[in-house]
Formats: sequence, structure tokens, C-alpha cells
Amino acid sequence: MRIKSIRTGLSALAVMAITSAPAAWAEELFYVSGAVGNALENFKVIVKPWEEATGNTVTIVPMPSSTSDQFAQYRLWLAAGTSDIDLYQTDVIWAPQLADHFVDLSEAAGDLIPQHFPSVIESQSVDGKLVALPLFTDAPALYYRSDLLEKYGKEVPTTWEELTQTAQEVQDAERAEGSRDLWGYVWQGNAYEGLTCNALEWVKSFGGGQIVEADGTISINNENAVKALETAQGWIGTISPGGVLSYQEEEARGVWQTGNAVFMRNWPYAYALSEGDDSAVKGKFDVAPLPTGGDSSAATLGGWNVAVSRYSTKQEAAISLALFLASVEGQKAGALMNGNLPTIPALYEDAEIAEKVPLIPRWKEVFEQAVPRPSAPVKGKYNEVSAKFWSAVHNTLSGNGTAAENLEILELDLDDIKGSDW
Amino acid sequence: MTDQTLGRASGPSLKQRRQRAAFWFLAPMLIALFFVAAWPLLRTIWFSFTDATLSNLYDAEWIGFDNYLQTRELSSGRVVYRGTLVDPAWWNAVWNTVRFSFVSVFFETIFGLIVALVMNAEFKGRSLVRAAILIPWAIPTIVSAKMWSWMLNDQFGILNDILLNLGLISHRIAWTATPETAMTAVLIVDIWKTTPFMALLILAGLQMVPRDIYEAARIDGIHPVKVFFRVTLPLIKPAVMVAVIFRMLDALRIFDLVYVLTPNSAATKTMSVISRENMIDFDKFAYGAAQSTLLFAIIAVFVSLYIWLGRVDLGGERR
Repeated sequence: MRIKSIRTGLSALAVMAITSAPAAWAEELFYVSGAVGNALENFKVIVKPWEEATGNTVTIVPMPSSTSDQFAQYRLWLAAGTSDIDLYQTDVIWAPQLADHFVDLSEAAGDLIPQHFPSVIESQSVDGKLVALPLFTDAPALYYRSDLLEKYGKEVPTTWEELTQTAQEVQDAERAEGSRDLWGYVWQGNAYEGLTCNALEWVKSFGGGQIVEADGTISINNENAVKALETAQGWIGTISPGGVLSYQEEEARGVWQTGNAVFMRNWPYAYALSEGDDSAVKGKFDVAPLPTGGDSSAATLGGWNVAVSRYSTKQEAAISLALFLASVEGQKAGALMNGNLPTIPALYEDAEIAEKVPLIPRWKEVFEQAVPRPSAPVKGKYNEVSAKFWSAVHNTLSGNGTAAENLEILELDLDDIKGSDW
Repeated sequence: MTDQTLGRASGPSLKQRRQRAAFWFLAPMLIALFFVAAWPLLRTIWFSFTDATLSNLYDAEWIGFDNYLQTRELSSGRVVYRGTLVDPAWWNAVWNTVRFSFVSVFFETIFGLIVALVMNAEFKGRSLVRAAILIPWAIPTIVSAKMWSWMLNDQFGILNDILLNLGLISHRIAWTATPETAMTAVLIVDIWKTTPFMALLILAGLQMVPRDIYEAARIDGIHPVKVFFRVTLPLIKPAVMVAVIFRMLDALRIFDLVYVLTPNSAATKTMSVISRENMIDFDKFAYGAAQSTLLFAIIAVFVSLYIWLGRVDLGGERR
């Protein structure tokens, strides 16, 4: 069996080598990416058509799912100028910090650029250089158990206050019926980039600004932000488990997908997985935009892109792969398999996507109003700013100082980092 | 006598020749040590006096002690101090590391001693037990840290499940998440992991103790506890001292366990963790280098202090 498949593989390779005349050699590319859900398995399927068309092969180098961990490793590799990795899957916030290490794609992607949302292309452009091509965008959703809300006659909450009440009532009632492990609301409270996303949503939806505004002013120390953090602090140990302070996306999904949470804040990738056959919540849930705190609903803008390393020795093949992944075909496959939100407006009208992943067409509006993290105004200091912010939030949530105290210190710290200018 | 006169006549003495030969035998080792230990150390110290960043390592400029301590005058005329030496995050990390080192090495020594005494006794299947007890030490730290982080998980962790079923706790504890228990969690895992190492080193010491001393003590009818404190402990003391130094060096530079178990938690951040964070995550390479240099200095001070105190004690015994 194995010998046979190797033999067919070899003959297929031989045929490709003959037919794909212009590419002198079949290149082996190395693509590095964080691993969430089934994304890595699906990636192999997505790149299959490109591999067959060009005769090149892609080997995926898996990384931990925490974006902070990935960034540290990539920065090391890139600073050392390694040629081992040809393509990097980059977070939407990294472009200004890593711009020098990547190839300018604006020329190669000339035809592709007008097909995408201008705001996404803008986020990956640094001083006129297109650092990376968008793979998919991200805007989080409030996942809720439609069966439980129906059972108790509850509406889908539109404010954080309603969410707190509903979660508490459903949790109490269900526990009384014997579901001892059920929790009201799970989200990402670990001290890492994900907490910055979560907390930015609370603060922004309470009208507390965006930490650092587009013009570079530090706005975080205000009453609304304090109120937002105090609300979130009230969830710990009541509707959210104490362990939420160590959860990242996958831990939260673990609690949710085993049927132990009424609400969850997570990115769209969790939708397809929750609908999977091994999921305890299959067919029992739906999604809604995140609640508001009085201002308007806010969703942090996420998203992943593909960048070609300046140090790659196979840049031509690498650019061709990047173009394929960001094309209509590549993004559609990602949408169907991973539930990724496309960055091509036309795909939101696509009938097949609408049928298989109904979340996507509904999410266009949420994405269009998403709040960017302050990576553009603070430039190369983003990681430090974000780390200060998530530490202040984490301290507040774990009861280490009050929200007002911690935000006051945070303002001072950010001012220090800023120096005379960002 | 004749040898010496002959040697003197034909050039350097035997002693000199021996020293020279010894030098040539040692030279490869010294060169290797210079490149893998001294050179990186000196580079790090040099970087700590520059403004290097990870993307600009080689064009860094000398800025003196600014990474350690500098004064800055604000536009309002107020003078503020900046730098690692006045950075509260750094001193928090120093305190975390020192606390971690003392507590972990203390418990590891006690448990290691107990385990070593058990393994030293004659019983059936002793070699099997000796091999089994080494397993935690043999598992790579990253693997055991990840394993424990699942065992300590608040929702599906086995530890909470056991404690809950035994009725020792009333609700699940989020071990790695809450600041109060985060350090305890790291300590539990480290003690679990490193006790075998201590036990092994102490066991080596125990096996050097001559059996006839114990026989003599038994014939004299001395109580076993007294034998332990008057005979065993003084005789294995040198071995224990060396083991403690090794562990102390190791504990003061702890990184992997904390990084995997409680990433970014201020309650457990150690000196190594914070210096890496500055060097790589925040692109403040020189600032991180300054912290690494301080870490090196702190370890050096601890070890010299320990050796010095150890010698004083040994001298007292000789009297």
C-alpha cells in the first residue's frame, strides 16, 4: 500500500517535472504558521492545487498557537537572517515591527490588491511597501447556546449587563439540575496578546477609547475604561471560572465545545469546529456580535497574512504561493474549511460559502466596524505597549490593585515608553 | 639527584616541563571554554553598555551605564531616574527568583536526603526503585511542564479532581492562573522534577561512608537518630554542599518551567524570563543584556558567599 502510493507519487512528480517546463526545478518551500484547531491539516488541502500546478511542494512548520510566542521566534529567525523559512504567516499587528525583513509585494500583487478590502491592504502597508498579503481577517463573535437560552426564555444579550444576568441565571438553574461543571461565560484572560483584544473590546464598547488613539495620545486612563474593567472583574468566579485568567483561545473552546459554557467570546475559527461531529454543542449554538457597554459593540480587528522572507533563496516560488493563498481560490478554500473571514468583498456574496458557513456573510458588517489595536500609532513599541496593557488588565482581574489604580500606573508607564514620541 | 642535575644542565626542570606539558594538554579545553563561555559572557556585558536592538546588533553605539541607571530631566524640570536598577519589574523578578530558589532548594534537599536514605538501605528490588525514581529528572522540562499544566488545569485537571473527591477543597483551584497559587504551582513541579537529582548526588555521598562506622555505633547501642545526626550527616556534608551549589546555580537561572507553566504572570516572572522578554519581545536588546549581566553578578555573589560560608564551617570542624 505504502510502496504503491510512493510509486504513484513519484510518477506524478515525474510527469509534473516534464509538464511544468518553465519552472526549472521543483522547489521545496517552508511555510511557518501557528496551529489552531485543524488549520494545519486543512492548509495541506488548500495548497494542493498550487502544488499540482507548479510542481513545487510546501512543508509547514508548526508553531504554538500563542501569537506572542510566535512573534518572539520569528523575530529571532529574521534578525539572524535565516533562509530556512520562506514564508511567514503574520498577525495583522506585526507589519510595522517586521517590515524590514519582508519582500515588497506591491508589484507582484498588482492585480490582486484591488480585489481586497482597502483597509486590510492599508494595515499591511508600511511606508508604501506592501509587507504581507491578507489570508483572512478576524473579528470575534459572541457564541451562545441557543438551546439553553430557549429553555429559559432568554433573549440574546446585547449589553454586557444583560450578558452577566443571563449567564448567571442560566448557570445557576443548570447547576441546580446537575450540570455541576457549567459556566456562564468563557473568554481569553491569560496574560498575552489575546487579553489585549478582549479588554480593548470592553473598554471601547464602554466608550473608553482605544488605549492609544490614532494621533498618538494615551487615552486609557478614564472613567469608562475603569467601569469596563470593573465589569469584567465581576465575572471572575461568578459566571467565569477562576481559571479563565490562564485561558487562551483553545482553552476557552475546550470548555465551550464540551458543552460546559453558556457564552463564549472567540474568533470565527471556532464556528466550524463547534459544528464538527465530535462537538457536544453541534446544532445547539449560534453567534451574535459582542455586547455593548453603552457605547456600541466593539470587535477587535484580527487577521492573518502571509509574508515572504527577504532572506529566502526561493523568493519567486514563495511569492507565487503567497499570491495563490491570497487569491479568490485560496481564500474561498480557507473560508469553507476553517470558517475564515475572507478579505475579498466578493466572497461575502458567494452562494457556496453562504450555504456552508452561514456565519461569514453575516460577519461582513461586524468586520467593517472592527476596532484596530494601536499598532499603527505606536509603531515598533507595540509589543511593549500591549504587554503593559494586558498586565494592568490581568492584575485588575486577579484582584491585584483596583482598576482605577492600575490604569493610572498604566498611563504613566505608557508615557515612559512613549518618551518624546512613539 | 642526578636526574635533577642532568635536567638543569639540559634546559627546563622536570617540574617546568610538566607544567608546560599540562598547559598544552589543557589548551584545547581552555580555547573551547573561551569561545563557548567567556566570549558570549563578555559580549553580553559589552552589549549592556550599548543601545543595541535585535535588528541592529552590530552598529550599536556605546552609551555607558544608561541601561542600568540614568537621570532624565523632564520638561517640568523634575529629575527622574530610569534604567534596570530602578525598574520595579526587574526587582519583582529578582525577588521572585530568590524566593523560588531558596524554597525549592530547601525542599529538594530535605526530600532528596530522605529519598537517598531510603535508596541506600538494602531491600529487594532496590535497583528498580533507583531507576524509577530518576524518571522525573529524565523527562525534558518542557514536556513535564506541559504535562503538569494539564494536570493543574482548573476544568479538567486531575489534581483538582482528586482533591475535590477527597473533600480537601470545596471548589476547583485555578493553580496557574491566580497570583497566590502560581508560585506554589511552579514550586511543586520544580521540586517534583529535581528531587531525584538531589537524591542521586546525596546517595553518591552516602555510599562513601564506611560501613564499619555504623557497625561500631550499633555495637555501642547508639540510637539510629543520633547516628544520623552525629555520623551520617557530617560525613555526607561535602556531597550535600556540592549538590546544593549545583541546584542553587540552576534555580537562580530558572526559565523553561516558568515560561511554559505561567507565561507572563508577574507573580512568577524570574530574572531570565524578564531579560528574554526585553531582548526579544520588546526589541530592547541592550536593556535585556544589562539584566542578564546583573543576573550573572547576582549568581556570582550567591555562589561565592555560599562557598565562603561553607569553608568557615568546615574550618570550625577541623578544630
